Amino acid sequence: MISPFVQLIYHDGTMREVLIKNEEIPFPEGKLIVSRTDLAGIITHCNPSFIEMSGYQHEELIGRPHHILRHPDMPAAAFQDLWDTIQQGKQWHGYVKNLRKDGCFYWVYATVIPNIRDGSIIGYTSVRRKPSRAKVQECIQLYAQMNEAGAAV
Amino acid sequence: MMRPVMTISPDIGPDRIAGWYIFNTWLQKQWGHPIRLELFPSFQKQREAIQRDEIGIIYANPFDAAMLVREKGFKAIAAAVGKSDEAVIAVNVDSSVKCIEDLPITCRAAVTEAPDVNTISSILLEPADITRQTLQSVIADTYVVVAKLVLQGKVDVGFFLAEAYDGLSRVVRSQLRELLRSQIYDIRHVLLVEPHLQAEYETLKTILANMSSDAKGRDALHNLGFTDWEILQQEDTEFMIDLMDTLVT
Repeated sequence: MISPFVQLIYHDGTMREVLIKNEEIPFPEGKLIVSRTDLAGIITHCNPSFIEMSGYQHEELIGRPHHILRHPDMPAAAFQDLWDTIQQGKQWHGYVKNLRKDGCFYWVYATVIPNIRDGSIIGYTSVRRKPSRAKVQECIQLYAQMNEAGAAV
Repeated sequence: MMRPVMTISPDIGPDRIAGWYIFNTWLQKQWGHPIRLELFPSFQKQREAIQRDEIGIIYANPFDAAMLVREKGFKAIAAAVGKSDEAVIAVNVDSSVKCIEDLPITCRAAVTEAPDVNTISSILLEPADITRQTLQSVIADTYVVVAKLVLQGKVDVGFFLAEAYDGLSRVVRSQLRELLRSQIYDIRHVLLVEPHLQAEYETLKTILANMSSDAKGRDALHNLGFTDWEILQQEDTEFMIDLMDTLVT
């Protein structure tokens, strides 16, 4: 029997065992999922839709790294691209499969923007909206290929 | 101090214009300075006046607030408590379209010039692969005309400010069907003051913070359709502008 638990190793070297279920939760109609982090990616603000979709309580999210939502199907290269882009002061867009606390997942179209105040980046805002299913289907294939290529290296 | 010009977003409904004249009178008395209220027939005309630095105080659409703060140095001092700019996408009640994904990529939409409503509505259409490039917009002067175009079958959908949709007559609404309503909460009109009035920011904030404690102030708020003002910190507005930035690109 295949274990529903997977061990994830993050870019900062930390590890976490997460529950994975092959069950998608639909994006809430008409809403935006909004969060803010500090420069290190630690969550400083999240809106009610973020809390609802993540499955965590507000107090479980504030002060935790944003990668708490990272699904193992997401290629590391996608997040590397995200960080490289926003640290240059630019916006990043992409389709992301997020992991919920209960092991289910949800797809989003994410935009991450640096918060620039008096010329300096003081943190990041991420806004997720309902994605196109056609784009999600493309990304399912693309990310699987990227993960395979990464595993083969 | 010269007599500053106060103006309001051109998307404020005609039923609220009298309320803004009452507010203007009330604010002048409380502040002790004359203010001239000037209304513009379009966003374009208003933006031209902003570019000529003619505006001192403005109750602005959130889309314009970004430009006013980042490019012209305005400061947001207050917003209406509990009011946010939400959009409704509506179809003819007899339309076969049951959800956004049923719409064609070349969807025809009746729209006003309200940039916040159009931006939010466009985002709501994205799951159907409808982009700003494929969307065919038909510009209307008012939300009543938007409704008319939907009822006449000249467009697939209409974009409405939720408050304006809810304010349509019962007869008109009975012939429309709400397909989707945004629930964003963080995007709203804000009251901004120009940088030359910087020395007055705190005074104006205090006047607005006490408005609901004053009987005439409460009447004026009622006429604006508000219960009270929420005093804003700079970061509140910066956050909204960042959020808007994620939606327009």
